[in-house]
Amino acid sequence: MTKNFWTNLVWGVGPIILGLILTTLALVAVGANPLQAYQSMWNGAFGNTAKFGDLILVWVPLLLASVGLLITFTAGLWNIGIEGQIVMGAIFTAWAARAFDFPSIILIPLLFLAGMLGGALWALLAGVLKTYGKVHEIFGGLGLNFIATAVTLYLIIGPWKLPGIASTSGTESFRPAAWLPTLPGLSVGPIEITVALVSLVLVYFALRGTLWGLKLKAIGKNTRSAFWIGVPTTRYMLGAFALCGVFAGMAGTVQAIGVWHRLIPSISGGYGYLGILVVLLSGFQALGVPFVAFFFSAVSKGSVALPLDLNIDSSLGGVLQGIIVLLVVLSQGVRARWQRASAAARVDSTILAAPVTRAAEE
Amino acid sequence: MDTHLLLITLASILADSAPLVFAVIGETIGEKAGVTNLSLDGSILLSAMVGFAVAYTTNNLYLAFLAAMLVGALVAALIAFSSIVLRLDQIAVGFVLTLLCTDLSTFFGNPFVRQPGPSVPHLAIPILENIPIIGALFFDHNVVVYLSFVAILAAWWWIYKTQPGLKLQGIGERPAAAFARGTNVNLQRFLYTIVGGSLVGMAGASYSLFVKLGWSYHATSGLGWIALSIVIFGGWNPIRGAIGAYIFGGLQSFGDFAQSIFPSVPTQVFQTAPFAFMIIALLLVSNDAIDRFFSGSPVSRKIWQSLRGTPPGALSTTFEQE
Repeated sequence: MTKNFWTNLVWGVGPIILGLILTTLALVAVGANPLQAYQSMWNGAFGNTAKFGDLILVWVPLLLASVGLLITFTAGLWNIGIEGQIVMGAIFTAWAARAFDFPSIILIPLLFLAGMLGGALWALLAGVLKTYGKVHEIFGGLGLNFIATAVTLYLIIGPWKLPGIASTSGTESFRPAAWLPTLPGLSVGPIEITVALVSLVLVYFALRGTLWGLKLKAIGKNTRSAFWIGVPTTRYMLGAFALCGVFAGMAGTVQAIGVWHRLIPSISGGYGYLGILVVLLSGFQALGVPFVAFFFSAVSKGSVALPLDLNIDSSLGGVLQGIIVLLVVLSQGVRARWQRASAAARVDSTILAAPVTRAAEE
Repeated sequence: MDTHLLLITLASILADSAPLVFAVIGETIGEKAGVTNLSLDGSILLSAMVGFAVAYTTNNLYLAFLAAMLVGALVAALIAFSSIVLRLDQIAVGFVLTLLCTDLSTFFGNPFVRQPGPSVPHLAIPILENIPIIGALFFDHNVVVYLSFVAILAAWWWIYKTQPGLKLQGIGERPAAAFARGTNVNLQRFLYTIVGGSLVGMAGASYSLFVKLGWSYHATSGLGWIALSIVIFGGWNPIRGAIGAYIFGGLQSFGDFAQSIFPSVPTQVFQTAPFAFMIIALLLVSNDAIDRFFSGSPVSRKIWQSLRGTPPGALSTTFEQE
């Protein structure tokens, strides 16, 4: 038992330490002082209470996106289109925020609903392309991401442009009633934190404890067998897309009315793609997601300070995140192979194991 | 439009599509062997940056292309290793590498942003360039463009006209059968993926050293995804893939042309058009309804079947070679 614990610890922490070493080497290679860089990142993320609030405001949309992705990954779908779903959520939210003049208490739930609708519709489009059009969700989703971004740009310099000047910096700020309320002295507020946590809990139980979750898992493991045992696969896949879009859309709402208070060209913040990394690193398990998302938020938030403090490119954060995920995934493969070798009779398949073509199938 | 202008336009489409052609051919070779290199969008970006950086610091174009090809080959080797040896999901590893390579290119490319640097010199082929029409179209370019033509023909010839090419098709279609016939499936997959990856690296370098000189953040962003979908559109055939790449290049230059005619249409429409085309093209070649529509008469069915391709049977799967 204890030996098992230590082995797990080494396999779990080893790749992360190796990732840090490689990132440190990258910093040395560009002539930067790694200690100063990490110091600056730490201060950028945790320096004071206000910065910690900003960090949570990064964590919330990233967590929402990752929670959505848990659903599509369970169904075996690569919903790369989540970026565009976040964007569409933000666009729908922005539209509603511009169109309706209600008091906060009515307006904000309405804005969340608008975002959920936008995300779900855009996700359904990718789902329909996949199920009825036979276009792989990676390519359909990717194309839709670019289109969603273009729609944002078009709205910003076209119909929703700032009065007088056409600029790509963003639309006018929404009316204050549409802004998410914040905690005193912080940029983050209770509503979005609650929304994110409730979403996580709901999805955790839905995937784990319901027949729906079990059927979704069956589709993810083997779509054809699931179909044969009577799971309506097309409907379930479309449902998984739409539901993921709902959470992605909420992430877009938070970005629009919690972070920027207007529509900007890069409104998604890249949290869709980052969410995919979060879910991969969590081993597709809901319980790991909030912690990994927190770690990634800290890295992302911390690296923003790098160019100002030390003239180091802020993409260092992405490098660190990417290297760690790559090394963790690879180490899982190495470990599985090592176990296969030590227990030759039993083929241990990790969740990441690829479909295997066997001679028997031929 | 007079013929001279048309010729110039067509020739520039052929030339500017070179990076896309390299990427499509490289990916086609890898996928033919059964390995999907999803990292294209990132690895093209990283090799474009490395190619330019090496050319900028050493002023040696051979070294620059070699370095870029090495980058592409290394990324491909990582995917092959994780798939063949570790039996990991090619899509997962490929996607992580896409993001990682993108960030690496931004991080290490920082000092080279918008620096003027060397470029591939123009080199018309004597005698051949004087052939009417053909000379202007094919023999009035630079070495990189000639190599892109060669890559198309060589890949087609190798895959369909040689003994090893037949084996290559075998390991992608039915690895078990190929293995039973004595082919070392996994070794071959490794090699072909690496060859494909080095062509992807070539795509990056030819972009930053010829098509759009220099380096800027996310310079080639989107190119890799377009290449990946053209491989599908081309039915995993190098010649049809190349035609897809040229059609795409043509649409792009038509877009530039249309934009100058309709200045009132926002530029975003034209910038997004490639991705809308990508979805429509994939819909066309993979949809069952269209399949049934063309199956109505034997003639149209024959034509349609020659137009659409099927993926290699064992694409993106791992083969247990025991």
